[in-house]
Amino acid sequence: MKQKVRSGKNQLRRGLARRLLTYVRPYKGYVVGAFVFSLLYVGFTLVGPVLYGFAIDSMIGAGQVDFTRVYYTVGGFAACVLLAALSQKLLGNCVNSLCYRLVRDLRRCAFEKLTDVRIRYVDSHAQGDVMARVVNDVDIISDGLLQGVAQLFTGVMTILVTIVVMFVINYIIALVVVVLTPLSLFVASFITKRTFKSFSIQVKVQGRLIAHAKEMIGGQKTVILFNEEEYSCRKFEKIDTELYDIGWRAQYYSALTNPSTRFVNAVITAFVGVLGAVFCTMSLQSGGVLELGALTLSGFTVGMLSVFLSYTNQYTKPFNEITNVVTQLQNAFASAARVFEVIDEEGENKAGENRIAHVRGDICIRDACFSYEEGQRLIEHFNLDVPAGSKVAIVGPTGCGKTTLINLLMRFYALRSGTITVDGVDARTVPLDEYRKMFGMVLQESFLAGETVAWNIAYGKEDATRAEIEAAAKAAYCDFFIRNLPQGYDTVLTSNVNLSQGERQLLCIARVMLADPPMLILDEATSNIDTMTEMRIQKAFRKIMQGRTSFIVAHRLSTILDADVILVMNHGSVVEQGTHAQLMERKGFYYDLYNSQFAK
Amino acid sequence: MRRYFAYLKKYRGQCILGPLSKWIEAALELLVPLVMARIIDVGVKNQDYSYILWGGAVMLAMGAVGFGCAVFCQRSASIVSQGFGTDVRNALFRHINTLSYRELDRFGSASLVTRAVNDVNQMQTAVAMIIRLVVRAPFIAVGSVVLCLVIDVQIGLLVAGFSVLVGLVLWLIMHKTVKYYARNQRKLDRLTQITNENLEGARVVRAFSTREKERERFDAAAVDMLDNSLKIGKISAFLNPLTYAIVNFGVALILLWSSFKVNAGTLTDGEIVALINYMTQILNAMIVISNLVSLFTKGYASMNRVSEVFDAQSSLPEGKGACADFTAPAVQLSGVNFSYAGTEQYSLQGIDLTIPRGATVGIIGGTGSGKSTLVNLLPRLYDVSTGSVRVFGNDVRDYSLQDLRFLFGVVPQNASLFSGTVRSNLFWGNDKATDEEFEEALKVACADGFVAEKGGLDQPVAESGKNFSGGQRQRLTIARALVGKPAILILDDSCSALDFATDAKVRAGIAALENVTTIIVSQRASSIRGADEIFVMEDGKIAGRGRHDELYKNCGLYREICDSQERADA
Repeated sequence: MKQKVRSGKNQLRRGLARRLLTYVRPYKGYVVGAFVFSLLYVGFTLVGPVLYGFAIDSMIGAGQVDFTRVYYTVGGFAACVLLAALSQKLLGNCVNSLCYRLVRDLRRCAFEKLTDVRIRYVDSHAQGDVMARVVNDVDIISDGLLQGVAQLFTGVMTILVTIVVMFVINYIIALVVVVLTPLSLFVASFITKRTFKSFSIQVKVQGRLIAHAKEMIGGQKTVILFNEEEYSCRKFEKIDTELYDIGWRAQYYSALTNPSTRFVNAVITAFVGVLGAVFCTMSLQSGGVLELGALTLSGFTVGMLSVFLSYTNQYTKPFNEITNVVTQLQNAFASAARVFEVIDEEGENKAGENRIAHVRGDICIRDACFSYEEGQRLIEHFNLDVPAGSKVAIVGPTGCGKTTLINLLMRFYALRSGTITVDGVDARTVPLDEYRKMFGMVLQESFLAGETVAWNIAYGKEDATRAEIEAAAKAAYCDFFIRNLPQGYDTVLTSNVNLSQGERQLLCIARVMLADPPMLILDEATSNIDTMTEMRIQKAFRKIMQGRTSFIVAHRLSTILDADVILVMNHGSVVEQGTHAQLMERKGFYYDLYNSQFAK
Repeated sequence: MRRYFAYLKKYRGQCILGPLSKWIEAALELLVPLVMARIIDVGVKNQDYSYILWGGAVMLAMGAVGFGCAVFCQRSASIVSQGFGTDVRNALFRHINTLSYRELDRFGSASLVTRAVNDVNQMQTAVAMIIRLVVRAPFIAVGSVVLCLVIDVQIGLLVAGFSVLVGLVLWLIMHKTVKYYARNQRKLDRLTQITNENLEGARVVRAFSTREKERERFDAAAVDMLDNSLKIGKISAFLNPLTYAIVNFGVALILLWSSFKVNAGTLTDGEIVALINYMTQILNAMIVISNLVSLFTKGYASMNRVSEVFDAQSSLPEGKGACADFTAPAVQLSGVNFSYAGTEQYSLQGIDLTIPRGATVGIIGGTGSGKSTLVNLLPRLYDVSTGSVRVFGNDVRDYSLQDLRFLFGVVPQNASLFSGTVRSNLFWGNDKATDEEFEEALKVACADGFVAEKGGLDQPVAESGKNFSGGQRQRLTIARALVGKPAILILDDSCSALDFATDAKVRAGIAALENVTTIIVSQRASSIRGADEIFVMEDGKIAGRGRHDELYKNCGLYREICDSQERADA
């Protein structure tokens, strides 16, 4: 069973890896470059010590130095160093260029999808999580996959080349080193395992600590009001003590990596040193060759010993790196899966062949059924005729489904059955982007981008001139407060810019005015707007609604009284519809609602 | 800096023994090349096998002792740093809990959380590294140079020169990249911002059909970031090759120079091997040092941010513990001026009012007119600039803060609940209350229905009460305030998410409570219409007071508000 799970996982990874490769493909040159330069780099760094070993062997003792040989070998060593450094630099350039470009491409793909996904996706996914996918996960992929793979490759190459060179010089010592190697692997994996375990617990406890701190400090004013400081501190300290217990252990285990490596190094150095020295002595005794019983090897020298010592010094390092790379790779695959989830998300269906040249604004909803979830009953067999230019007010208690209607009209969500037609044309046959441009929308939560005021007003009209922008702002009663901003129309709307909720909504109205759509969807704000601004918003609303088919989520008496049709909604469906007079006459739900709430 | 030493005192032993043992390890490590040199120069030269074996044994022993020392040091470092972090964090959190609204406003809650968590972690890491590496790395770097000087003065000086060069290169590259790293963060922030806007404004982007425009915007930011990252990459890719090249050119020079010395008989082969070995050790130590420098810069910055919080003191001195006199008026403000910044720009100006015990008063006005500010002065969340606030006969500054706040039940503007259960949230109001009292409070707040429907008092509450709707949250916070059976109940715009009918029902329930003075702050004229007295606020002043009918006749602003709010909302 476990085997099956694992092989499934492997298959998944292979799929992910293959998919990531498609993103790497455009940068094949860098991959080849990285491959070539890392080979060169490993080669030159490892040949270097051999050359200085020869140099040392040319200096046997006082008066016995072979200077020409010293010059040649040291010169060769210097050349190797230069080439190694150069290849390392070029290797770095290749890996970086590849990494950063891949990061950019992945982010671009993910973002492109985000501008394309259905609203259902945005509504049903936590924003923080989606953000993390676009920002952090992509970084983890580049760290783990590219830098990890590059490290893995040079690491493995270093180990292999080192072993080969060592075997060529003296296979007996080489064998000793190879036999001792698993020691370092064993130690590394032992530490990694324990570290990983305690770290994952630590992460959880730390998460709880942060959650508590966020919640309590975020609500500190309430804590103060209810004299709950002691409770909050006690709870924090309790979690913090837990964090201490696990935290110091996690830290301790992970801190063991370096000393352990040094220890393994020391053991290998001691063995190599002793064995090498013994072999040197034996070679000296038997005049330049090494005789071990029946075996005869070429003589071992002090220079070669120094080569071995230098190798053992850098030989264990790649092993540690490889164990790290494994975790990094695991993380990278997990992140890749998350990023691809975004990229694979279903986009909106934007196709359609019908165009409406001059929109009059006759809207007709026939037998519409809709619910957010399968099996749920929300809007059932709903019919509505809105002649061009009329004003539809939607009223009802909070959460009665007013937004659902807007969602359907704007085709943010698709009907389960039934049709919406505009000027007799089925909405679904009009290309989505064209369709939505027919509506101007002002919502309660006014969304403005972190760009200049002018940019935001011109959002719906690409080629608007400054004069047009200012005219729209004036028409929407924004001009005076925009002029009071530090840079007027060129003020960038960061969180430092102090605009009230109402002023933001006025900017959104200006934005719609400039776009000049044939139909409107408006949502009156309920609270937190001061009286003056509220009056301005109402005036601006009245101004843009003139002559356009408008749907307005109404919270005010003036709006419902002069509406052509009032839709009364409750529990997700339209319970009554008609003019104010008709509805009052019917003495139904609207009548009660009106008497209990709207009447003075 | 000094205050943090106090937190280390507890771990004095580990603070001294840890670095000491690490120092022993480093010293032993430094001796290894010398032992190796002796093996070569004495053992091999004299063909003395037992000398060689003994040398090997010494090396193994040094390795083992060094390992033991290092393990001890890492253990000490982990205990000390984690303990230090825990103690500082606890102290900081406790300190934050002594701060008043004024300081909380100044720091902002997000910043306080970051300081309590991330900044303290950063300091903790710095402490660990001080114990683990500050002794080791410089000791190895300097020790290597010194031992080279001992072996051969001239070559030792050469080694010293090259070490300085390596240090210089490290510094230069770090210095060059710092600027770009800061810039990189800004570019990433921009990408984050655009992504965020496209999630938050998904409907607007689609309504205007501006996908292409948004994509271009994102692409431009992404390319911008790419350019900057590539610049960083180009510079930092110099780091390893350059240091490697410098050190190894050093080795080449040592070899050349040594050849003359060996020829002259002043240097041996074993010593050359040792010199080369030291050269590599220096490079490794220098890289560690450069990492430490950046770590400490970060740690220092974090320490300053944490210190700022520790330095902040509550702006509200404790009172001497007056007792409430329930025959006096509940609230009495006279000549109150108040400003948040402590300047003459008053947010409240010349406020005089008296609220008799048991009365219900309403406060209405536009955003920023000072309604919430006014009620914040009553439970002494801020102190007045001039004038006085008296509650039940005493100046609020004479009560102990706890006693004073127990007199009040406040329902704050943002309905903040805490994770736990409905019951655990209601306990906030009164930790001795019984289930019957809870039920009663829930009933008055019209919350009994949905609480029962959802699963009763043990119904879990998610963080900030996310699993309840806005209106339900408001009713729960009202119930929470009621459980404490407060003498004065303040509803700070806390029914805004309720429909009119429920709003009226809740108010009726509260009005039926005996001996409760109720202050209702609202934007809705209908919520306060029935109050015994209504105060109309404008620009921090009371623009009108009286009952609804009088005000509607006499106060222009009040009439305007009422007329504009003939709402149809629910």
